[in-house]
Amino acid sequence: MLDLLRFAAPVAFASLGETVGQRAGVLNIGLEGMMLSGAYAGMLATRQTGNPWVGILAGVVAAVLVGLLQLIFVLKLEADQVVAGTAINLLALGVTSASYRKIFGESGELLSIPSISNSALIGFMVLSVPMLTWLLFKTRWGLALRAAGEYPDAVQASGFSVVKLRLQACLIGAAYAGLAGAHLSIVNAASFQEELTKGRGFIAIAMVTFGRFNPAWAFVASVVIGGAEMLQYRLQAQSIQAPPQLFLALPYVFALLVLVFVGKGGRAPGALGIPYRKEQ
Amino acid sequence: MTRFVPAIILILLLSLWAFGVNPITGCEIIARGAFGGEIGLSRTLVAMTPLLLTGLGMVIAWRAGMYNIGGEGQYIIGGLMGASVAKLHFGGPGVILLSTGLGGAFYGALAGWLQVKRGVHAAISTILLNFIALQILAWAVTGPLQAPGTTASQTATLEPGQMLAKWSNRTDLHSGVLLAVLLSFAVWMLLSYTSFGFHLRLTGENPLAARAAMLNADRIRVQAIALSGGLCGLAGGVQFLGTSGVIDVGFNQQWGFLGIPVALLGGLNALGALASSFLFGALMAGTQSLSRSVLGGDLLIFVIQGAAVLTFLAMRKRERGNA
Repeated sequence: MLDLLRFAAPVAFASLGETVGQRAGVLNIGLEGMMLSGAYAGMLATRQTGNPWVGILAGVVAAVLVGLLQLIFVLKLEADQVVAGTAINLLALGVTSASYRKIFGESGELLSIPSISNSALIGFMVLSVPMLTWLLFKTRWGLALRAAGEYPDAVQASGFSVVKLRLQACLIGAAYAGLAGAHLSIVNAASFQEELTKGRGFIAIAMVTFGRFNPAWAFVASVVIGGAEMLQYRLQAQSIQAPPQLFLALPYVFALLVLVFVGKGGRAPGALGIPYRKEQ
Repeated sequence: MTRFVPAIILILLLSLWAFGVNPITGCEIIARGAFGGEIGLSRTLVAMTPLLLTGLGMVIAWRAGMYNIGGEGQYIIGGLMGASVAKLHFGGPGVILLSTGLGGAFYGALAGWLQVKRGVHAAISTILLNFIALQILAWAVTGPLQAPGTTASQTATLEPGQMLAKWSNRTDLHSGVLLAVLLSFAVWMLLSYTSFGFHLRLTGENPLAARAAMLNADRIRVQAIALSGGLCGLAGGVQFLGTSGVIDVGFNQQWGFLGIPVALLGGLNALGALASSFLFGALMAGTQSLSRSVLGGDLLIFVIQGAAVLTFLAMRKRERGNA
C-alpha cells in the first residue's frame, strides 16, 4: 500500500493543489513546468546539502517562484491562461535542461542523491485530503474562493478581491506542485534527468477533472494512476510478451480515456480558464 | 512582429549572460552560425521550415479557438505515416508528403472530435496524445518500421528518389523550404479571403455570433484542428524527406511545441508566422553552433521562446491598456 502511495504521490500532490486553483477559476497549464522546476531545485539542493528535507523545501520554493511569475501574467496582466502556462512550460524545460546539461554534462551518467523514507510526506499527502476539503467547503474563505471560480463578479461585489483569492489559491497549488516535483526527483527517482516529469503535470490536470474538482476524488483518481504506473513496472518485470511501450503509454491512455468518459459530465467551475477583468 | 525584435535580442543577451557566456562572443557565434555564408543561411532556412509549418498549423487552430498543443504528436504521427508509405514503395516524395499530412490531420481531428463531442479540453487532450505518440514512435522504430536486418532503433533510410530535391551538394537546403513558404501564403489567403476562413475566425472570436449566423461551429473547429494537425504532420514529413531520411526515437525534437511561440509572435497571422519562423530558425541554427562550444547551448532556444511569449503577453496588455 505504501508502495502504491509512493508511486502515486507526484500526481496526487499536483492534482490536490490544482483542485484548489481550478476551484478558484484558474486552469494551470504551467503545472508541468512548476513540477519540473521543483524536481530540479529539489535535486540540486539535496545534492548540495546532502539533506533531502532541504531539497523538498527548495523544490517548494522554486515552484512557488515560478508560480508567482506565471501569476503576474495570469492575474495582473489578465493574459490567456493557456498561453501563459505554455510559455512557463517552455521556460522551465529550457532552464532546467540547459542548466542540467551545463552542470552534469550530456553523458547522462546516472546521478544519485540521498533519498528519504517518505512516510512523513505520505502522511502529509493523506492528511491534505481532509485539510483541503475543509478549507474549500467549510470555511468562509473557501466559499469565497469557489465563488471566484463560479461567478467572480459577485465575489468582487461582495467585498472580496477576486485577484487576491485566485492568487492565494494558485500559490497553494504551486506549493503542492513543488512538493510533487521534489517528491518525484528525491523520493521516487533519487536522481534527475531532462524532462523528468514526463507529462505528469498534465495527467494531474486530467485527474482533477476526473475527481470532479473535489480533493478527495482527485486523490483517489491519482492513486489509480499510480497503480497503473506500478502495474507497468510489474508487468515489465514479468517479461510478458508485449512491447514495453504499450505499458509506458498506459497512464496517458488511461488519463485520456477518463476525460473521454467523464467529459462533459464533470461539473466544472463556471469561470474556469477565463481571465478576470475588473469592471471599470 | 518587428516590435518584438529588440525585445528578443535583449532576452537573448540576458540569457547568454545568465548562462555564463560572454554575450558579445555568444552573439557573434550565433550570428555566424545563422548567417555565415551559404552554409549558415541554408541552415537557418532548413530550421525555419518545420517551425513555419507547425507555426502555420497553430495559427489555424488557435484562430478557431482550438488550443492545439499537440503539434509534437501530429508531427510524429505524420512522420510515421510517411515512413509506412515509403516502406510500401508506393510513390515518390509527393505521395509520401501527402500521407504525412493526412496522418497528422487524423491525429489532430481526433483531439478536435474529443473536444466537441466529449468536452475534453484540447489543450489537455493534445498533450496526452503527444505522450502517446512518443510511445508509438518508440514502438514503431523497434517493431514494424525498423530497418530490416539491423538492431538499430530506426527506420530504413529513404531511397534517393524518395527524398526531397536539394539545390546543391554543399548545403542541406531542400525544396521543402519553398513548399513551406508557399503554404504560408496559401494559409494567409485561406484565412483572409475565403468564406471558410471568415467562418473559422468568427468561430474563434465570437462563438455566439457564429451560432447566430447558423454556422456549425463544432464542425469548423474539427476542420481547423485537422488542418492544423495536417500542417504539423507535413512538418514531420518535410523533416523526414528533406533532412534525415530516417526516423529514430529522437525524431520529434520539440518542433511541434516551438510552433506555438512562432504563431503567437507572428500575431496568429500566417505572414507574421513566416517572419517569426525566420527569426527563430536563425536563432536555432545559431544556438546549434553555440552548443559546440557551450554544453546545452542549443537549449537556450526554449528559454528565449518562453521568455519571448511572456514578453508578447505583457506588451499586448500594455497596448490594450492604452487603447
